Amino acid sequence: MEVSRKMANMLGTDRDLNFKETELCLGLPGGGGSCEPETAKPTGKRGFSETVDLKLILQSKEESMKNASKENNQLLPCTKDPAKPPAKAQVVGWPPVRSCRKNMMTQKNTSEEGKKANGSAALVKVCMDGAPYLRKVDLKMYKSYQELSDALAKMFSSFTMGNYGAQGMIDFMNESKLMDLLNSSEYVPTYEDKDGDWMLVGDVPWEMFVESCKRLRLMKGSEAIGLAPRAMEKCKNRS
Amino acid sequence: MRKDRTEMSEDDDRSPPLDLRGADIAESSNKTRNCSGVSGSGGPVPGPGPSSMEFQAPYPDQVLENVLENVLQFLSSRRDRNAASLVCRSWWRVEALTRSDLFIGNCYSVSPRRATARFTRVRSVSIKGRPRFADFNLMPPDWGAHFAPWVTAMASAYPWLEKVYLKRMSVTDDDLTLLAKSFPSFKELVLVCCDGFGTSGLAVIASKCRQLKVLDLIESEVTDDEVDWIAFFPESGATCLESLIFDCVECPINFDALERLVARSPSLKKLRLNRFVSIGQLYRLMVRSPQLTHLGTGSFSASEGMAHGEQEPDFFTAFAACRSLVCLSGFREILPDYLPAIHPICANLTSLNFSYANINADQLKLVIFHCHKLQIFWVLDSICDEGLQAVSSTCKDLRELRVFPFDAREDNEGPVSDVGLQAISEGCRKLQSILYFCQHMTNAAVIAMSRNCPDLEVFRLCIMGRHRPDRVTGEPMDEGFGAIVMNCKKLTRLAVSGLLTDRAFSYIGKYGKLVRTLSVAFAGDSDMGLKYVLEGCPRLQKLEIRDSPFGDAALRSGLHHYYNMRFLWMSSCRLSPQGCQEIARALPRLVVEVIRDDAIEHTDETVDILYMYRSLEGPRDDAPGFVTILQ
Repeated sequence: MEVSRKMANMLGTDRDLNFKETELCLGLPGGGGSCEPETAKPTGKRGFSETVDLKLILQSKEESMKNASKENNQLLPCTKDPAKPPAKAQVVGWPPVRSCRKNMMTQKNTSEEGKKANGSAALVKVCMDGAPYLRKVDLKMYKSYQELSDALAKMFSSFTMGNYGAQGMIDFMNESKLMDLLNSSEYVPTYEDKDGDWMLVGDVPWEMFVESCKRLRLMKGSEAIGLAPRAMEKCKNRS
Repeated sequence: MRKDRTEMSEDDDRSPPLDLRGADIAESSNKTRNCSGVSGSGGPVPGPGPSSMEFQAPYPDQVLENVLENVLQFLSSRRDRNAASLVCRSWWRVEALTRSDLFIGNCYSVSPRRATARFTRVRSVSIKGRPRFADFNLMPPDWGAHFAPWVTAMASAYPWLEKVYLKRMSVTDDDLTLLAKSFPSFKELVLVCCDGFGTSGLAVIASKCRQLKVLDLIESEVTDDEVDWIAFFPESGATCLESLIFDCVECPINFDALERLVARSPSLKKLRLNRFVSIGQLYRLMVRSPQLTHLGTGSFSASEGMAHGEQEPDFFTAFAACRSLVCLSGFREILPDYLPAIHPICANLTSLNFSYANINADQLKLVIFHCHKLQIFWVLDSICDEGLQAVSSTCKDLRELRVFPFDAREDNEGPVSDVGLQAISEGCRKLQSILYFCQHMTNAAVIAMSRNCPDLEVFRLCIMGRHRPDRVTGEPMDEGFGAIVMNCKKLTRLAVSGLLTDRAFSYIGKYGKLVRTLSVAFAGDSDMGLKYVLEGCPRLQKLEIRDSPFGDAALRSGLHHYYNMRFLWMSSCRLSPQGCQEIARALPRLVVEVIRDDAIEHTDETVDILYMYRSLEGPRDDAPGFVTILQ
């Protein structure tokens, strides 16, 4: 039976959109900008919402989730004559399904809808220059660049990203800073995005990255420098 | 009253009723001694107080009492014990001394003080609190049913307490702390549909109850205090744990601690994980505990990012290694691709709970065709009638079926219907218990089930569209439910729905002689409906009614019976405060609660919720502001 898409749970228990304090944001003065976890709704505050474009992109997704259907338990005045039921409105406590079961359904819907809305980028192949094997990662398992970076480090223990990835998103606006970073890292994570371009990981907020990443490649830092101009270009175009 | 004792019953035991009239106590004196007409979960204590009996001088039949004690020790059924306690004072006393399992069906029917005074050597306590309709938000929160007074009384009265089972009670972290501190032999804690506590309370239990065998949290609401409770189990040495159930706990779990705990729990047989455990983590646990008999799989989805470069774990082998597995549940966020992994154990399964798994008929078939031994099956209606047909063709031993709605609203399409019910009735002839949510039903299918499944004891049909008639004939559902009460001679529990006239209730009153629990919603035409039931069903103990046109006259018709019931719930019916007052005056040992629900608007004086129950204690002293106790 087709699950109604409109039953998104507004309680924000969807892990995909749940932000922990370790979520790293744009490196603005004042530090790593911890994003407070938003428990009440999916429209969480995000440090990188400073970027106007990103805010718009994110909000349009959230708007559609907000407009999703109301909770089942709308309250109704008690009908005095139960022989004539009110038309089509939901009644408190009917059908008699316990809330843990009802919530399960809406949570499930949310995570399913979340996954579908985010596209098919969850499982991606990871390859490392010079390594004889491929791995696969499920990007949904991670909530931040830091986590991904740690996981990649474990997976390819011979490769070090150095400082790259440690601060989450990269400030692509600062060219010299970027060059320094790339030069100091042995390997640099890059990804192929929806457009087929190879980009430096860390240019967009985490969710956007998860959405658009098709493949990961751990490239030598020196080679990755070649990607830097495009990364900066794309970033400029967005703001 | 007492001569009808065999007709009227109390609780599930059919034990004699509480004798609440003073006159009867004198009447019942028996041969050589005064007897008190007491029974079951605490009755009136004869004489001016409990202490007057205990300090009498030793009497000649001391030897006889000792013998009696040794014999009565073997009585385990509380029904038998209740009967034995009525024989005479001596038997009453000895039974009280030898009762080790105390069952309190309604926490307000008797006080902790009275219960602990009578039964002094209790090892195991079961207490039930809130009425069931409170689960569906029909009552404002914080109504009561607090565990606190009970645990306080037991802390001093039962130092050797080993087991606590609570259902629909409010339990705080402080209560759990007191429990953990007061009972050095404590072994089993089972909390069903409870709330009021959090992970902090669990942490105390984990760390202080060194003999803990069972920690079962079932459909309870647990606050996330961000305490890593799993890590509080003692770190070293083997644990006594046999059962750890926490699938309802809605907060992440420290998996490493859990893994270590499972690794040092060699007696662990039952493990039910919550949805924060991924399938990859499940694998690791299963590998460590192939001796499990009951497994709740957690999310059953999204394995970790294969961080160590391994292939996907061999779930098939992991399941195959669990040769004792008979009960499987969980699948909280199932990725159906993983379903085939459970094939190795399907043939052994007697209980399968897919009620959180959104799977369709084809996905179900992959599994169910192997489950020949299945006796208990819980599932979502996402499997459709087709899925039920598959169940019907394979599960010939099925005893209990529950079909829950994936989308619990009135107006959407119904994936299961009379077709599925009919199929089940034809294939699963041994069915004893059914709970079935659907949008549409026919009398014919219900009648078929009444004929095909003579062993039915529990029949709960929820047609989600209110007042919905037979899908094919357009008639009320009276005949279907009538057939159920008529043909199913063992029926003890019934829930009705759909368009029902008073006729349906006349059938219930006429044929439902064993019915103990009845649930009614949006049904009936007039007072006659309720009258039929109250006058016709001698075994009725629990009656819950909502949104039905029954009024004061109907309420009056049950006066002869209310002392034999555990409770009556009526919400959004046609009761007036005066009508309820009348009952309260006529039956002084009944606690008549009128509960105001501000969510309900109405212009007249109709009572929102009536909840009444017999009690030895009179009005409770912890009633919140929205509860008025009539007298």
